[in-house]
Amino acid sequence: MKLSSKDVLGIKDLSVDEINLILDTAESFLEVSTRKIKKVPTLRGKTIINFFFEASTRTRTSFEIAGKRLSADMVNISAATSSVVKGETLTDTARTLEAMNPDIIVIRHSAAGAPHMLARLVKQSIINAGDGAHEHPTQALLDMLTIKTEKGRIAGLKVVIAGDIAHSRVARSNILGLIEMGAQVTVCGPAMMIPRDIDKMGVSVSYRMNDAIKDADIIMMLRIQLERQADNPFPSDREYSNYFSLNSRNIKMAKPDVLVMHPGPINRGIEIAPDIADGVKSLILKQVTNGVAVRMALLYLLAGGA
Amino acid sequence: MKTKKVVMNAEEIDRSVTRIASEILEANMGAEDLVIIGIRAGGMFLAKRLRDRISRTEGTEIPFGILDITLYRDDILTSNRKPALGKTDISFSLDLKKVILVDDVIFTGRTIRAAMDALIDFGRPKLIQLAVLIDRGHRELPIRADFVGRNLPSSFWEEVNVCLTETTGNDEVVIEEG
Repeated sequence: MKLSSKDVLGIKDLSVDEINLILDTAESFLEVSTRKIKKVPTLRGKTIINFFFEASTRTRTSFEIAGKRLSADMVNISAATSSVVKGETLTDTARTLEAMNPDIIVIRHSAAGAPHMLARLVKQSIINAGDGAHEHPTQALLDMLTIKTEKGRIAGLKVVIAGDIAHSRVARSNILGLIEMGAQVTVCGPAMMIPRDIDKMGVSVSYRMNDAIKDADIIMMLRIQLERQADNPFPSDREYSNYFSLNSRNIKMAKPDVLVMHPGPINRGIEIAPDIADGVKSLILKQVTNGVAVRMALLYLLAGGA
Repeated sequence: MKTKKVVMNAEEIDRSVTRIASEILEANMGAEDLVIIGIRAGGMFLAKRLRDRISRTEGTEIPFGILDITLYRDDILTSNRKPALGKTDISFSLDLKKVILVDDVIFTGRTIRAAMDALIDFGRPKLIQLAVLIDRGHRELPIRADFVGRNLPSSFWEEVNVCLTETTGNDEVVIEEG
């Protein structure tokens, strides 16, 4: 089975079968990263460009490691050191990259829809590594893989996503994917961080952590994006933390076997208490490990095969 | 219309496995350093049967692994057929081990080439020997099996299928043509 599109732009475009294909393939790739020789020859001779217009440690490194473990040649470009600073438009940069014949372009951009524009423009496969507050499909896929490997299933689980839902592409992609896969999703956060009409995506909304967390199987905390909060939506970090952090007190409301996730980087002590982030219920580092496998699966499914 | 001919029944398969198991022990003068690796999917159940047979005879547990060769195929970038990627499970080092690689049918030899490349990524075995239930000829690479259940001359376009109770519910080898 193959993916139906040449690109992976968002969870919105993926069918249940395609999500399952990606997760199953990724599960098989997990083993490669545990070997002494962490490399397979599958994508020998393929070129993959990592094009990041925004800061990133884990996503960029994860894609780079994924590509290298598949023997592809990886090229990293960041906006700050590219011709973008000389005023080249995204279109011109894309055409220039296209002319060098890569096979896949991975792009992160602060503008929602930038990867989609690129996908229409060039013949190469485009993978969206995060576009504005729109989608971050590979993060949602690695989160779903983590839930599936830890809980054995996704359908029927109660998943709480808490934090700045309005600015979060991670939240949007996860809501789309988790609902599609049959989970029950509750979002929680301060009222001004919950988009109006979000219930139309099929989620329940709660403005109190204690209510939201009740009976949760999975709690996914989001990072308060201090860099996107120019208009100071809450009075202080301390106040946010008092009402919306996950800590050893309120986590007792959840199921005893609840697991905690966070896409990182974490603001220790703001949205998540350090003892929870580092505790036995935390899947934060497992998410990072699984991220490599998910990206290997996507690169393999897009570049492998005629 | 497809015609189907049974070329080995359950009893014959069982006798072949028994014979191959003793040949492996004879050739290696016992089970010391022996590990058995089955190629997914066809070889893995046969490998498990061989492992159980040898473990029982020798009274010692022989290490057993499963190898998926998809990532090492030579047609992965050119073929339109995209086989599903399966899990590899080799939880031990192959350094200095005598590896018995097991598959159900040897045909062009390309699967075995891929499997050997994969095995080398798990260490440097002392040796690799190949055991197959059926050798149907038509090799495209200089590869031969060390232990063969049955040589089965076939036409290139025929299909040789090893059915096992673990997957299809009954043990038999069939040739299908048409």
